Amino acid sequence: MSEQNDPMAEIRASFFIECEELLEALQDGLQELDEGGDDPETINVVFRAVHSIKGGAGAFGLEALVRFAHRFETVMDEVRGGRMTPDADTMKLFFLAADHVSDLVRACRDEAPIPESTSEELLARLDELLGDEVETEEADASDFTPLGFSMSLDLPDLEPEGSTFEIRFKPEQELFATGNEPATLLRNLCALGEATVRCNSSELPDLEDLAAEAPYIEWNITLKTEAAEAEVRDIFEFVDGLCVLEITSTSPDAGDDVPDVDIDAGIEVPAVLEVVAPSPSQPSAPVSKKSTKDSGEEAGGEPESKKGTAPAAKSVVRVDLERIERLVNLVGELVINQAMLSQSLDQAGLSPHSDAMNGLEEFQRLTRDIQDSVMMIRAQPVKSLFQRMSRIVREASAAVEKDVRLVTEGEATEVDKTVIERLADPLTHMIRNAVDHGLEKSDTRLANGKSRAGTVTLMAAHRSGRVIIEVTDDGAGINRERVFEIAVAKGLVPPDAQLSDGEIDNLLFLPGFSTASQVSALSGRGVGMDVVKTSIQSLGGRITISSEAGKGTKFSISLPLTLAVLDGMVVNVAGETLVLPLNVVVETLSLGPEDVQMLRPGAYVVRVRGGFVPLYDLGVMLGYRAHRKTDAGAIVLLISLDDGSRAALVIDGIQDQRQVVIKGLDDSFYRAPGIAAATILGDGQIALILDPADVIAGMGNPRGADIMLSERKIANE
Amino acid sequence: MSDQGQTNDLELLTFRVADQEYSLDIMSVREIRGWTRTTPMPHAPDFMRGVINLRGTVLPVMDLARRLNLPSHETNDRNVIIVVKLQGTLTGLLVDAVSDIVAITEDDLQAPPDISSDPQLSVVRALTVIDDRMIRVLDLSAVVPNTSDEAA
Amino acid sequence: MTLTVLAVDDSRTMRDMIRMALMPAGFTVHLAEDGVHGIEVLGGIAPGDIDAIITDINMPRMDGFGFIDAVREQYDHRATPILVLTTESSPELKMRAREAGATGWIVKPFDPAKLVKALQMVAG
Repeated sequence: MSEQNDPMAEIRASFFIECEELLEALQDGLQELDEGGDDPETINVVFRAVHSIKGGAGAFGLEALVRFAHRFETVMDEVRGGRMTPDADTMKLFFLAADHVSDLVRACRDEAPIPESTSEELLARLDELLGDEVETEEADASDFTPLGFSMSLDLPDLEPEGSTFEIRFKPEQELFATGNEPATLLRNLCALGEATVRCNSSELPDLEDLAAEAPYIEWNITLKTEAAEAEVRDIFEFVDGLCVLEITSTSPDAGDDVPDVDIDAGIEVPAVLEVVAPSPSQPSAPVSKKSTKDSGEEAGGEPESKKGTAPAAKSVVRVDLERIERLVNLVGELVINQAMLSQSLDQAGLSPHSDAMNGLEEFQRLTRDIQDSVMMIRAQPVKSLFQRMSRIVREASAAVEKDVRLVTEGEATEVDKTVIERLADPLTHMIRNAVDHGLEKSDTRLANGKSRAGTVTLMAAHRSGRVIIEVTDDGAGINRERVFEIAVAKGLVPPDAQLSDGEIDNLLFLPGFSTASQVSALSGRGVGMDVVKTSIQSLGGRITISSEAGKGTKFSISLPLTLAVLDGMVVNVAGETLVLPLNVVVETLSLGPEDVQMLRPGAYVVRVRGGFVPLYDLGVMLGYRAHRKTDAGAIVLLISLDDGSRAALVIDGIQDQRQVVIKGLDDSFYRAPGIAAATILGDGQIALILDPADVIAGMGNPRGADIMLSERKIANE
Repeated sequence: MSDQGQTNDLELLTFRVADQEYSLDIMSVREIRGWTRTTPMPHAPDFMRGVINLRGTVLPVMDLARRLNLPSHETNDRNVIIVVKLQGTLTGLLVDAVSDIVAITEDDLQAPPDISSDPQLSVVRALTVIDDRMIRVLDLSAVVPNTSDEAA
Repeated sequence: MTLTVLAVDDSRTMRDMIRMALMPAGFTVHLAEDGVHGIEVLGGIAPGDIDAIITDINMPRMDGFGFIDAVREQYDHRATPILVLTTESSPELKMRAREAGATGWIVKPFDPAKLVKALQMVAG
């Protein structure tokens, strides 16, 4: 509450948001420079990003950040001024420095301890770049303090005694060209005390010789004030050098203390939406002529280059995330309400051609449009996430001494903000894995006729209503023999198990599997791919793996566009209502007695157009009922799994296909494998949303049943 | 309410579970709502009745009788769900019926006898006597298991 | 004395700070995020209605020097006080600002009361 009313806290919060944007621009700029870009605007962008962070940090007294950013900025200024050309090592240092600025920003934001030793180390390295410049730099740095604007401030009542100054003031022509105004200066002077102003116009020429803007007048002022001489001089600070100024004191200096002005900290500034919308028709002629690309250099008359012309800023409205959440929730309620309404209209037995039903249809369409629009508000490009990963690659490759190049594709792909946030950890882990385990050492690569530097590719794309994110490395591929050995050694599979390549690859996702036979600086952190899989699943996503010996490994994540809604198929199973994601359902079949074949006791397949598909009874899998004697007459959903295979699920009936609002289940729900989330039905009841692939994986993998049992046992304790 | 020792005042919500009287500090109670059908969670422990819709959020509901290893009756319309908040998380507790709200002081509380083998008592924080009836004051944090730790 | 001021800075934080410093003093504050935008905003305000301008130096598209130049080229604004906001107080920078036609300078981070006072002094 109080925070909301504190304008400083608000600006501080907004500063840290701005920092994130600036850090992104910084990363982009460095990336471009690293790739050989030589557009002067790029280095300007980098410079400005550091500069703006420093400026804001200064305003909030974040000294550690100011100090580091200042030195970084100085180095960037050298580059900008063409006095320094960064080589590959320097670029590496710049990236490190940028990462460190980012660390400092976060430490300041979270009021966490400042990583001082890293600061010192990097500062020393930046100083090396600067060489002799350091000393002048130090002086400058100390200059960067709230040196302020030393104008005199509100003054106490004039005391009888004080100083008397004789002031001679004669403006020169330039004074007028800078927007300074003698009358204003004199008025300010008079405000300091009791002043007698005499105007000496003896130099004023005859009217016919008078040049309109040339100064001819001189003023002589006698000022009786208790202000110090410095304060008097401060009035003329801006016109120093633009006028003849003589100040002589006729009484002892009264001292130099400047009274403090209390700023009312309680002043409320109304929260303002910042709407930036430059008109499309611009700039005017004098503007483009005068624009300078390099502010450090003389303002040139050169028109802006194509690349230097920044695209007109998009209209942007900053809105509190909470308000968006509220809107999302309200739209969710709207969808549920609509479902309830359509259910009661249905029960009322209205004709599908009645006005009410037609109106309902229109209502559904509008609801859907509103929902889509609201979801778009939450969408963000994955770029910021990918940038974080480029840092992970740099750090990881340095730690294991491998040469690694990160290639990103589809940075502009937009994904729900929450998804982006929750992808950071699993992606970090996957990237580390790729660098650590996926890629070979440089000499091995060279020996195998590969390039010295390994490549990790991070790709994002929208594909059939889902977001696909892939992490690919061009390393050696999964050593399946080794994986199998480990799995056997850890008792995850029996030694005589006959597993396909795909099945072996999927062992990586088993809890308890970790290839960290050699514990490196990166892995062996107790986080395995099973954790990655769990976090992806909690986002309603799935992860698959494919690998080719000698060529590399690809992890593919498929995620819903939003965490808020789902196109679902509502089904009945053993008296319960369940929802399955519509996109996994390939077709529905009803079973005849001869369609089902027993493979072995407890394992059945169903014939679908000449092929055999494994058959699972959802009611049994979810523990709702025991095995039935026959599934004949039951309805079967044919679903497709990520690896391209298919499965058949026995259900009791299909209710509906419709959009459902996803309600997250947090960890306190004893969530069983296969339960992705929940939703609220038209009658107010809760239905569980299944992840069928996960339900089947829970059955299909050798330990599936054990996992369920052990989890149940734990929960019972 | 008496005007003495205000800081020690304690209000208890008393309710019946399997014909026994229990109570909870009213400060942890968010609301009381009538019984509605729960949606069962697959493979959950048997004291988890499932989840219900509490004004648009998913509320897990625990059968308090089963949780306390007491005989559990069939649910009927008089059953209620006490919605409690523990460490920011809402949980529903299914009980037979709510009886009363009583004000007592800390002095009225007695430590339960040290019979640690009795699983029921491990969740009972204190005992008190009101109108000659013994009322067990539940330790909510022991009743509502910290599942996020266990399940992880 | 309340004034109408145009503040040009590419940093949202700085714009917020300026706004917060000036609005409690009763100032009307127009904001722009770089020189080009500043010229546009200025074009939308009657010349007599602007009492003073504050501008940052390092900005994309058009920097502070270019902006001051462009403002001074407008007859109506040849005498409008312009204060430069700068993180450095080096004499060279002040000279360059003055050459471009700046009235004065304020070193960031600034004290809100001093900013108010400075504007009142140049635009009084």
